[in-house]
Amino acid sequence: MYNYPDSTGHFGQFGGIYMAETLIPAVEELRDAYLHFRDDAEFKAEFANELKHYVGRPSPIYHAKNWSDRLGGAQIYLKREDLNHTGAHKINNAMGQALLAKRMGKKRVIAETGAGMHGVATATVAARYGMECVVYMGAEDIQRQAPNVYRMKLLGATVVPVESGSKTLKDACNEAIRDWVTNVESTFYIFGTAAGPHPYPMMVRDFQCVIGNEARVQMPEMIGRQPDAVIACVGGGSNAIGIFHPYIEIEGVRLIGVEAGGHGIASGSHAAPLTSNSKVGVLHGNRVYLMQDENGQIIETHSISAGLDYPGVGPEHCWLKDTGRAEYVAINDDEAMRAFHDLCRFEGIIPALESSHALAHAAKIAPTMRKDQVLLVNLSGRGDKDINTVARLSGITL
Amino acid sequence: MSRIDQTFAALGQRKALIPFITAGDPSPEMTVPLMHALVASGADILELGVPFSDPMADGPTIQRASERALIKGVSLRSVLNMVAEFRQQNTTTPVVLMGYGNPIEAMGWDVFAQRCDEVGVDGVLTVDFPPEESHDAFAHLQRYNIAPIFLLAPTTTESRIQQVAKLARGYVYYVSLKGVTGAGNLDLSAIADKIPQLRQHISLPIGVGFGIRDAETALAVAKLCDGVVVGSRIVQAIEDSTEANVIANVSALVSGLKQAVEQA
Ligand SMILES: Cc1ncc(COP(=O)(O)O)c(C=O)c1O
Repeated sequence: MYNYPDSTGHFGQFGGIYMAETLIPAVEELRDAYLHFRDDAEFKAEFANELKHYVGRPSPIYHAKNWSDRLGGAQIYLKREDLNHTGAHKINNAMGQALLAKRMGKKRVIAETGAGMHGVATATVAARYGMECVVYMGAEDIQRQAPNVYRMKLLGATVVPVESGSKTLKDACNEAIRDWVTNVESTFYIFGTAAGPHPYPMMVRDFQCVIGNEARVQMPEMIGRQPDAVIACVGGGSNAIGIFHPYIEIEGVRLIGVEAGGHGIASGSHAAPLTSNSKVGVLHGNRVYLMQDENGQIIETHSISAGLDYPGVGPEHCWLKDTGRAEYVAINDDEAMRAFHDLCRFEGIIPALESSHALAHAAKIAPTMRKDQVLLVNLSGRGDKDINTVARLSGITL
Repeated sequence: MSRIDQTFAALGQRKALIPFITAGDPSPEMTVPLMHALVASGADILELGVPFSDPMADGPTIQRASERALIKGVSLRSVLNMVAEFRQQNTTTPVVLMGYGNPIEAMGWDVFAQRCDEVGVDGVLTVDFPPEESHDAFAHLQRYNIAPIFLLAPTTTESRIQQVAKLARGYVYYVSLKGVTGAGNLDLSAIADKIPQLRQHISLPIGVGFGIRDAETALAVAKLCDGVVVGSRIVQAIEDSTEANVIANVSALVSGLKQAVEQA
């Protein structure tokens, strides 16, 4: 049976708790609290209730028939995480962690955000539970995801621009960790993806598994069987692990993670540590495949989508890659843009640029497959936040 | 006896002054001269920061120092070469490398430990490698008798203190506040409360650092422990200086700190 991580937070050689000493007691406290409450009937009931009545779950699965017909091969089904409250899968995890924070008596929550979706989700649950909320966001991401910055402010959060390093997601993580080490006793760090020190990769996965657990029931209801492949974009890897994990032990279902190929793997300007065969390294609390130079310095990444613009990837994806249970590919900026526009025009759905990477890979392989084969794509978020970026790339000022 | 042990033995009841600078800041050429100047001004042990692209435990001052060094192409390899150059003229002052694990991972701990031995590094402190994740790494250091220096924090529990007591060599570095390097919220009475708890389990000398910004605080902290680490304040002086006066400015600052620590 697949049973990872081990009790020390390792997935084979990956994962762990690579944190400064000041924070070790905090991650241990978090681990103990999570291990206690994940089996607590009252916690589980409250989480389920919030997901149903506040987030709006279960999210539907939609057969993108127009688009599938145009592509002329496999049928593409979309798991509609974009229909969740706040518009992405991020709220599943933010809600779970906020309920835990509440039980741990923490009145202040912090978060890092790239695309802003996790920041909005955290600001939302903080408003819902009356917690103080501070969100760290790279200055470059503040530019390209401006609508989300204002959403966070409307929700009462303080958004702190991060000017260091590449001014993107990894730097926002650094700054959030600096806040946490300073305010360790009062503050709960609501981490946004399935990475970081143990227990985050496990805990975030568990909260996101609602996606795959629903899909496992919904697909047989719709088509009488499970899909041939499940496809999801991979930034840190939370939406992907959330839909993959419940399928790991179901034979015959391919699991395909799609990284940000940026200007192409060969260009070096991308955010695809798995596809580009990056070396193993240590950053942000865990041992993972990591984009770095020969001296072990983290290199700047590039993706059109802020949410995928990160040099590492969660430890469980590293493990699934090594064991061969999941496959990882990359989709370039322009391919993602094409899928973005196609979904808008042929299905009436504006997808997030992150999710557009998963869509683009489905569009790539569907024509090579039979018409009775099925691809389930995790549509992890909606694209309203991206309209400025897309307009700019199309030469339009809004 | 290692250079670190010898240093503390020779100090006896006197307290060690342990300045920190980032290798390669303000420029790679200035590092070895600065190291010698620190020793001439009274440093007992040198902590040399290995620049890293993502210094999560550091405040803005040391972050900027790291950036300055990285822009000039400084790498772990070149830092080791700087230590080798320093050792041509100084064979007694201990040098401790302080930084993050990934540059060492990229070099390989076996190669790194061997190079440390060759160039005369005495101790290694990797901020983001707690004891739990350090066993394989530190086995390599042990082979060459290089001291793993561990951090202990205000939040560290009794059982973790015991764990560190078993693994640590040289000295133990107590982080005097909850926060990043250079923060200003140091609490003397909290330090005074914590040190006796550490001493119950730790027989090695205890250095205290993070947030020590002036002679007065250095003296107050020195009275409570065995060594005082001063980092951001010195790095700030480097940032505020020109290449022409940086040695003089840093020397004046460290001499002042030394005088204070000697009164403890
Ligand atoms: C809509 C959407 N999808 C995917 C991601 C990538 O994150 P992860 O890989 O954790 O799912 C983000 C991150 O911001 C996002 O906003």
